[in-house]
Amino acid sequence: MGSHGIKDRVAIISMGCTPFGEHWNKGADDLMIESTNEAFANVGLTKNDIDAYWLGTAMSGMSGLTLSRPLQLVGKPVTHVINHCATGSEALRNAAYAVASGAYDTAMAVGVEKVKDSGYQGLVGASHAPTDGTNRTLTAAAMFAMCAPAYGKRYGVSDAEMREVLAHIAQKNHYNGARNSRAQFRKEISTETICNAPLMAGGLGVYDCSGVADGSASAIICRAEDAHKYTDKPLYVKALSFIAGDCSGNADPSYDYTSFPEIYMAGQDAYKQAGITNPREQLAMAEVHDCFTPAELLIMEDLGFAERGDAWKQVMDGTFDLVGDLPINPDGGLKSFGHPVGASGLRMMFEAWLQLRGEAPPERTIQHADRGLALTHNLGGYPGEMVSFVGIYGNELG
Amino acid sequence: MSGSRGIIAAAGYVPYRRLQRGDIAKFFGSGGGKGTRAVASYDEDTTTMGVEAARLALRSTSATPDAVLFATADPAYLEKTNANTIHAALRLDANLGAFDMGGAVRSGIGALAYALRSNHNALVVASDKRSGLPTSVDESASGDAAAAILVGEGEGVIAELIGGATRTEEFIDRWRTPGDARPRQWEERFGEVQYLALSSVAWVEALKSADISAEQVDLTIVTGPHARAVKAVAGKLGVSKVADDLTMVVGQSGTAHAGLLLANALEHAAPNQIIALIQICDGCDIMLFRTTAAIAGYQPARTVAAQIEHTADLAYGKFLSWRDQVRIEPPRRPEPNRISASISARTHDYKYGFVGSQDASSGAAHLPPQRVSRDGGHVDEMSPLPMSDIGGTIATFTIDRIAYSPSPPIAFAVVDFDNGARLPVELCDLDTSTLAMGDRIEMTFRKLFTADGIHNYFWKARPLRG
Repeated sequence: MGSHGIKDRVAIISMGCTPFGEHWNKGADDLMIESTNEAFANVGLTKNDIDAYWLGTAMSGMSGLTLSRPLQLVGKPVTHVINHCATGSEALRNAAYAVASGAYDTAMAVGVEKVKDSGYQGLVGASHAPTDGTNRTLTAAAMFAMCAPAYGKRYGVSDAEMREVLAHIAQKNHYNGARNSRAQFRKEISTETICNAPLMAGGLGVYDCSGVADGSASAIICRAEDAHKYTDKPLYVKALSFIAGDCSGNADPSYDYTSFPEIYMAGQDAYKQAGITNPREQLAMAEVHDCFTPAELLIMEDLGFAERGDAWKQVMDGTFDLVGDLPINPDGGLKSFGHPVGASGLRMMFEAWLQLRGEAPPERTIQHADRGLALTHNLGGYPGEMVSFVGIYGNELG
Repeated sequence: MSGSRGIIAAAGYVPYRRLQRGDIAKFFGSGGGKGTRAVASYDEDTTTMGVEAARLALRSTSATPDAVLFATADPAYLEKTNANTIHAALRLDANLGAFDMGGAVRSGIGALAYALRSNHNALVVASDKRSGLPTSVDESASGDAAAAILVGEGEGVIAELIGGATRTEEFIDRWRTPGDARPRQWEERFGEVQYLALSSVAWVEALKSADISAEQVDLTIVTGPHARAVKAVAGKLGVSKVADDLTMVVGQSGTAHAGLLLANALEHAAPNQIIALIQICDGCDIMLFRTTAAIAGYQPARTVAAQIEHTADLAYGKFLSWRDQVRIEPPRRPEPNRISASISARTHDYKYGFVGSQDASSGAAHLPPQRVSRDGGHVDEMSPLPMSDIGGTIATFTIDRIAYSPSPPIAFAVVDFDNGARLPVELCDLDTSTLAMGDRIEMTFRKLFTADGIHNYFWKARPLRG
């Protein structure tokens, strides 16, 4: 038994990503057609050249028909995956395993979410499963808000200091998003504006929360040895890890809301698969799930980018800024892109795709792309009960 | 009359919030008055308040009921039995009867009278949520409260029934048709004359049944929704001491009020005192009790006086919105769906009784209950873990300004219970500005929301006071 990964056995040979935003004039069908056609065109393939499809959507469909109908796929297997906010990444992970197994030569992972048709601000629960009414009713913002004072208490960070730290994270991600034509929000936001924003939950203001957007992203994969048939600059899958937590954090008094064990475990598993021993120095960049600013802070420690209790200082020192030593969310993150659940994971991989291939625009090109490795991360759920995905990709074999 | 039967435990429940009556006139230019009235929270109804009173009564005795009688003039459900919810929250055995005596204010004292004359250890729960239209006397003078009285016999009896009388007379004093929030009353003088006549006859008969004189009565409780008649009757009894009827602080709580005042009286009583309980409402009901030696050792779980002391004011605007007199803007989030009857039946012990599970070997506590242990992975080696009376501490908390709530914002806390269990749970009855990690809480039975006419009952945590 063991988690061995599929390092260097599968390659991403093309990707597509729509602009994320309030697409009042486009439905999920339109968004999927656009992201898939971009991926097809980039590599000169057609939909018929793809042997199998994986569709990630949490609330825009219930089966593979959600993709096969708008693309008019004939005789193709389309697998619908859903796994909370890691849904898009899960589409790629499962497609990659299918290719690695030899079942298919090529596969495509498509992520989409049409969020803005609900009539509500924010994400509206995907599940309409009946309940006994005892389930929590508070929002994700409120759950993640609890992490900030818990972290501050444990590591001696005052409320005022914590406000500055979280504001720096939001400011940094908006700074990056302002340099990305696909982002929903393309404006720099000052820390002063962030700190004075209306409160949503706990100490979190509106700029501590990710936006809400529609979007789609896609990736075409094949066996690593076939990659150069399609592109000179493939990205090789180094690691794919996924952990579904046991949800004990909210039942176990020893859990203190200052870390996410599921993320730590997924990170450790991914580093082992990829053979990474020092992620802070070996990675060129990371896209992490900054659904709320305290989440990004804790993720820095769970993924080993900072020592326990030290991430807040690293944030203030600019380590994770676009020009920092380990840029986090160089594309702008969920802060700038919003969070179309099924698409976000693939949108993150799209940034790794651009940066490691040297195709990011100059104004947001990271400085250590030569390290050749990028990480993407999703969490889904809440502190104490979450799923976590970590993927690592490289521009060279070995 | 035999003195072997009587009261084993009695408790009142007064909700946390108070409306300053003066605030009504400040807003409307009329109405209101002096003092305060108790206000049920937006998440309380007569059933949840009845549960709280019943929990307090049962916590002060080792005796257990063999029947539940629930009386209210403001039932949360018609058709469906509200006493079943109370029965479930108290985790009583399925072989106990649970019955509603609903509709009329008089049903509360009627349930008590007949429980005392039965051979049951009945738990009599009376609860009421009182209101009228803005600026009305009913709005300001009434109050919300509940009372629970466990009757029975034997050594545990703290006050034995030594006599009583009743008078019934059909006449139109107060009335309210189903679905109407507004009670109405005939010209006051008419009712006053009627009640004076009825009570003078009943009082003589009651004293005679116990073979005592009015001078021998140590404390007399007189109550009823007709304030003017109550005052007039109390003045003509020839007794030395009439109890404070709590209308200045709690308000007149209708169906619950006689029980509330009786519980309050017993909490202050010494052995061998005679207490008269008189309610005038669609007749006259009188019960005479003599406290026993056992009352000296009686320890109320929480006195009515303590609940009157620990309160917080409620803005009149909130009061009006909680009573559906004004509609305020809700959060722009979807309203909850109705709960599932079949799931609620499966999770009955947790949902209504707040029973978790505990791994027999590792001791790990689970809320909600699990079949597989989070510590050790044992399967189906759990024992039930009743949690409703376990105290807890706030590990961390948050104020959620965007979640759906009938009265936003919601306060949520991760609560670590004293027996090792943890649950993130909604808080209630609190002032968010003073909330802090480390605060102590207790659990309370509440109504989370109503959808499709189905009330979603579950438990919340509230700051421990008094």
